[in-house]
Amino acid sequence: MSQRDAMQQEVDQFAKDVGASDPVTVVGGRTHWQVGGLPEPEAREVRAPEGVWAHEPEEMTVRCGAGTTLGQLSEELARHGQMVPFDMDANATVGGVLAVGRSGFRRLRYGHVRDLVLQIRHIDHKGRIVSSGGPTVKNVSGYDLCRLLVGSLGKFGCIAEVTLRCLPIPETTQWFTGSLDPFELHKKLYRPSSILWNGLQVWVCLEGVASDVAAQAATFDFEEAPGPPPFPTVGRLSVEPRDLQRHVTSSKLACLAEVGVGIIHTNEVTHSRSIPEVNLSLMRELEERLDPNGRLNPGRQVLNR
Amino acid sequence: MVHKSADQNLLGELRSFLGDRARDGEFELGLYSKDGSVLEGNPMIVCLPVNTEEVQQIVTVCRKHHRPFLARGSGTGLAGGAVPVGDPVVIATAKMNKILEVDLQNRIAWVEPGVLNLDLSRELSPLGFHFAPDPSSQQVCSIGGNVANNSGGPHCLAYGVTSAHVLAIEVVLPDGRIAVLGDLTAEPPGYDLRGIFVGSEGTMGVATKVAVRLTPNPPEIRTLLLDFADVRDGAATVSAIIAAGLIPAALEMMDQRAIEMVEAFVNAGYPTDADAVLLVEIDGLAGGVEHGIEVVRAVAARHHVGSVRVAADDAERDLLWKGRKNAFGAVARIKPDYYLHDTVVPRGKLVEVLEKVYRIADAHDLIAVNVFHAGDGNLHPILAYDSKEKGVLERVHAAGRAIVTASIEAGGVLSGEHGIGLEKRDYMGMLFSAHDMATQDLVREAFDPDGLANPLKVLPSGSRCSDSFGQHVPDGAWV
Ligand SMILES: Cc1cc2nc3c(=O)[nH]c(=O)nc-3n(C[C@H](O)[C@H](O)[C@H](O)COP(=O)(O)OP(=O)(O)OC[C@H]3O[C@@H](n4cnc5c(N)ncnc54)[C@H](O)[C@@H]3O)c2cc1C
Ligand SMILES: Cc1cc2nc3c(=O)[nH]c(=O)nc-3n(C[C@H](O)[C@H](O)[C@H](O)COP(=O)(O)OP(=O)(O)OC[C@H]3O[C@@H](n4cnc5c(N)ncnc54)[C@H](O)[C@@H]3O)c2cc1C
Repeated sequence: MSQRDAMQQEVDQFAKDVGASDPVTVVGGRTHWQVGGLPEPEAREVRAPEGVWAHEPEEMTVRCGAGTTLGQLSEELARHGQMVPFDMDANATVGGVLAVGRSGFRRLRYGHVRDLVLQIRHIDHKGRIVSSGGPTVKNVSGYDLCRLLVGSLGKFGCIAEVTLRCLPIPETTQWFTGSLDPFELHKKLYRPSSILWNGLQVWVCLEGVASDVAAQAATFDFEEAPGPPPFPTVGRLSVEPRDLQRHVTSSKLACLAEVGVGIIHTNEVTHSRSIPEVNLSLMRELEERLDPNGRLNPGRQVLNR
Repeated sequence: MVHKSADQNLLGELRSFLGDRARDGEFELGLYSKDGSVLEGNPMIVCLPVNTEEVQQIVTVCRKHHRPFLARGSGTGLAGGAVPVGDPVVIATAKMNKILEVDLQNRIAWVEPGVLNLDLSRELSPLGFHFAPDPSSQQVCSIGGNVANNSGGPHCLAYGVTSAHVLAIEVVLPDGRIAVLGDLTAEPPGYDLRGIFVGSEGTMGVATKVAVRLTPNPPEIRTLLLDFADVRDGAATVSAIIAAGLIPAALEMMDQRAIEMVEAFVNAGYPTDADAVLLVEIDGLAGGVEHGIEVVRAVAARHHVGSVRVAADDAERDLLWKGRKNAFGAVARIKPDYYLHDTVVPRGKLVEVLEKVYRIADAHDLIAVNVFHAGDGNLHPILAYDSKEKGVLERVHAAGRAIVTASIEAGGVLSGEHGIGLEKRDYMGMLFSAHDMATQDLVREAFDPDGLANPLKVLPSGSRCSDSFGQHVPDGAWV
């Protein structure tokens, strides 16, 4: 059996597992199982196929089963000097990361995880395989359902197979720290990968060729750091970048803010922001059309008000 | 083309708030019956609103009369997306062309949809920023059109296409409500409505304001011109540069005919005896740029490069780019008309598909010229022809179909940046199953259950239940 047939068989099997009736929930690495609330207890647990199926270094693309862990994926890509900059728990799965739809701490440079997604094959509420996007690095063929699947917590479908864009691993990746004004740094540094700030201290990640990293670091009198500090994990806020300072300085518990991005990792309990009424009605229309019987990940809420 | 005479009640209602900005004159309707494609449609009325409220009123009046409507930017689209079918009201954004706010703290700008792409970057330039998507049509195309088509350009290789540069969009939905999709934060709550709207080709409503991301101008930019005696070496160099771990800011290719044509037009000193040239741009900090140039030189040397010319200054750099950006205009030197195609293939298949493109053109007695975004495998074969020749358009369409087929067979896609519109809607089945398309239609329906917004575009007829406006597809549509 060819590799392609073997992969197809796994996707077909996953489609059978998902089936056409009764509630299901896809289990990834369970690293963020609680996001959006727990699934209803009667929901049947299914697992997406795993395995890196095709890494093409010249195309800078990789196709894998959605159940592949980030650890497996990075290991495979690193063989050819490439990466997918997800920056999350090595036990998390590609499908889980996309279903949750949160970006990693180098978003300042690499953008949102959704912009790395080229093609997704998912299983819909009737147990049928749906393909969207395309395998090439550039594509505008048809409505790009991948955009809706990212951040859908699996409520629009169970992600089976994913094709991602990869990037070269930079020659140098170095974290620095200091007590500089993070907003000045954001203005002056050219494309830093991350600027983290806890209200007192700053951590900066610079990437590129060694001479550029060293030159930028020298300009700002940075001290090398072994990596980013631990992230507070109780809550997560996203605010307009210009409001970040105000949020951080008024925070009562420990927090770590992504400067220029506007994400704040905090030990305070946070609540999701309310969704404007018109948007909410559109989102409900989508839910009703894509999962009319509400069998996909029931109990979890993307639209909690 | 004879236009259906305007519904006088509808026109009257539109004029009650738009005055003479609701028009049905023969000249005006003719102007708005086409876009950059060879297709032609028939608008019933053309409206030129100046703000969101007027757009909302137009959409509401259209709904009341069950009349389809269609947003239009500059009409440079190449897939017929802005070609009016089903006698719609055209909502032209030309008078909504203000940059509303530049917010440096958030690194965004709020703009109206009719703002031209290059005008925005020019305005931002003194502040040290630009809008990254740079279609070759950037002097004339609108931000609204860029959003609707998820447009790309040479520099999208490193910076990503429009979707990565749009944070929020104010939209008049097909039911007349106003919504802001997305917001200025990194993680707006709920599903990504902004993401699905970008690239929806005007079928999910009219964008009336767009929050675009500002990209800092790079401190260093170097532009290189590489020539090759064999186009295959040029294409192999493209793959090898990427495989070497370098993502240039831009990586464009021109074939021999394109070089000749462009050189005669702009005198940029392109080597007219070469079989192919690559235009490579590397930007960023000094060390990375130097390193990038070395990588390009080394890789190109392994693939028998002729000469490597590094632009010495901005003037020379502009000249090299001028050649690339004026390639389409230069086609007129060979034939009065051209048909510009757009498909993507894996980079590793560039040579194979290019050779097929030449064979296909020969077989249909047409001239093929290739100027394209090689770095992301985005082919743009230009078929040059003279529309006065009898039966030539049939040959152009047959060749086009063969090119699309060859690209899909090589593992590619229907379109890299021009979109599906009318041109390729009946090709969707080459890439998607009937069920894939039915699922896409569910999403469109969630936005537009009555199918009033830019009907008959993107999805093939028959895959939608709500295609209720006469199935007439304009003459010349190769569907
Ligand atoms: C420092 C740090 C902080 C983070 N903070 C947060 C945070 O605060 N909040 C947050 O949400 N994320 C956060 N993340 C991201 C998080 O790591 C990933 O989103 C997560 O790993 C999900 O992967 P998983 O495989 O463990 O999914 P699981 O925990 O197993 O599942 C998560 C959800 O995704 C669904 N799902 C899993 N696989 C699929 C599939 N194939 N198809 C459809 N649905 C599927 C599950 O049903 C479930 O609803 C953070 C990451 C890091 C590194
Ligand atoms: C010579 C030439 C070179 C080109 N090069 C490139 C290139 O390098 N890259 C590239 O991507 N494209 C290129 N194009 C194609 C075209 O310029 C782009 O697709 C452009 O973004 C279209 O913008 P426009 O304002 O002309 O849109 P139009 O042609 O007016 O409309 C295009 C689509 O957008 C919709 N639309 C327009 N405004 C709105 C709005 N406010 N709200 C909702 N929908 C709207 C229309 O309904 C239509 O479906 C080129 C075209 C030409 C003629």
